[in-house]
Amino acid sequence: MIEIQGLSKRYGNKYAIQNVTFTIQKGEILGFLGRNGAGKTTTMNIVTGYISASEGRVLLDGHDILEEPRVVKRRIGYLPEQPPLYMDMTVDEYLKFACAIKEVKPGAVKAHLNDVCELVKIQDVRKRLIKNLSKGYKQRVGLAQALIGNPEMIILDEPTVGLDPRQILEIRSLIKRLGQDHTVVLSSHILTEVADVCERVVIINKGKIVAQDKLGSLTSDVGDTFRITLRVAGQENEIKRTLRSLEGARYVDSLGVKEDGSYDFMVETDRSMDIRRPLFNTLAKAGLPILMLRPADITLEDIFLKLTGDSEEA
Amino acid sequence: MIAVWKRELQSYFMTPIGYVFVGFFLLVSGILFTFNNLMSGSGDVAAMLSSFTMIPIFLAPILTMRLFSEERKNKSEQLLLTSPLSLTSIVIGKFLSALTVWLLTLIGTFLYVLIIGSYGRLYWGEIISSYIGFFLMGGCFIAVGTLISAVTENQVSAAVISIGINFFIWVIDSVIYVVPVAFVSTVLQWFSLYERYDPFARSQLGFSGILYFLSFMTAFLFLTVRVIDKRRWSEG
Repeated sequence: MIEIQGLSKRYGNKYAIQNVTFTIQKGEILGFLGRNGAGKTTTMNIVTGYISASEGRVLLDGHDILEEPRVVKRRIGYLPEQPPLYMDMTVDEYLKFACAIKEVKPGAVKAHLNDVCELVKIQDVRKRLIKNLSKGYKQRVGLAQALIGNPEMIILDEPTVGLDPRQILEIRSLIKRLGQDHTVVLSSHILTEVADVCERVVIINKGKIVAQDKLGSLTSDVGDTFRITLRVAGQENEIKRTLRSLEGARYVDSLGVKEDGSYDFMVETDRSMDIRRPLFNTLAKAGLPILMLRPADITLEDIFLKLTGDSEEA
Repeated sequence: MIAVWKRELQSYFMTPIGYVFVGFFLLVSGILFTFNNLMSGSGDVAAMLSSFTMIPIFLAPILTMRLFSEERKNKSEQLLLTSPLSLTSIVIGKFLSALTVWLLTLIGTFLYVLIIGSYGRLYWGEIISSYIGFFLMGGCFIAVGTLISAVTENQVSAAVISIGINFFIWVIDSVIYVVPVAFVSTVLQWFSLYERYDPFARSQLGFSGILYFLSFMTAFLFLTVRVIDKRRWSEG
């Protein structure tokens, strides 16, 4: 278990993070959410011992990272936002180097590397120079590095940034698999990603923790609103008028033209009522065919709006 | 520490830097050897090495410029600093890798000694003493460069600043005599590497000289550790 107690980091007169306190339970997958610049990376850098806090402390099972850095660092694997790779090495050389500095016993290196490479699916590129790998592979090599030494806790800072959708899905499913044997902290600004893999969420905003709870509890806090987006063929004004006439439609917003001859709209209603059927009937009666309809995701901004009450931020 | 040493050493020869350093050193020293020894028919190895002493001023920064600055720039230092390795062992490992390349280069210059040996008599006491002195003095320039590399984030700045400092160390001997304040000239004398190297070239292999060079390197490596550690605490 990691206890983060009253962590602050000051740069000049400004706090990058202030009085950050939360616990990471053994075996959980914790989402650490925040906008870019909210203080996620600073917190992760302090927890992993890369930088030091101005105030507060980090304890891993009672061991302070400042007082016993070796003990703590040996038990944490870290994938920073930019994977710490040496471009002039091959994947194998790099991971062997990681084994050496993470004190993997020489006799166990070969088997350990095989396991890790198998897990992150980089067996086929082990002999290649890291600089020649695609971004997705580089990310996986970075992840492999974090897994070297089989640490109890794995901290991943924005692991899917810059990856294509397929790679994102692969990394997410990998994180889920890792969560079976490790404690995982996933720092991200993408709510859907966190919703997909995490059980509990800590939200940081402007350097302060604004919420920490099970994901379900958080979304239900914001959840008095239900949103759907839809694409309707027809005239914009006519569609808008028809949608506004719907009972329960609190807010209707035009999202512009995404497909010729049709308009996209966003409709907000109370969560308690499902207007999809009346919506379909009304539009059908008006001769306005629905080309697409889907519930809109609750975004990080939505939760922030609710939690911070800062509409300009969203 | 050994892992860091191995990685850095490998990196020197996976990139052009190691070859550039060894190649340029052997080129310049070869030219000096040709003019000072071959063409003038001199078999004085100590004098030959003394004529080489200005080369590491300009070349040692090539070895050290990327040691920390590049890692900091492309964030690979995060791997080292979040690993169980101590900061001291990281710094020593990197320093030793540069020192190893320097040692290999000096071994390369042994070819000149063999050439001289095939035409005349070799005074081994003088040769060994000169080589030890030269190796240690080069180590000091590498220690200076290591510190500068930890201070800057840009390789070119690291190289230019290191060359500046090395150059200053080179001219200190001349400066000492024109500084009117005794205290300042005493302090400057502490940094005069060439004055400490002189006895080695005259086959006076002394404990104090070796200790001086080792202390010089230790001081600069200690400062390197402090600089990196301080940055982790930085609130600037």
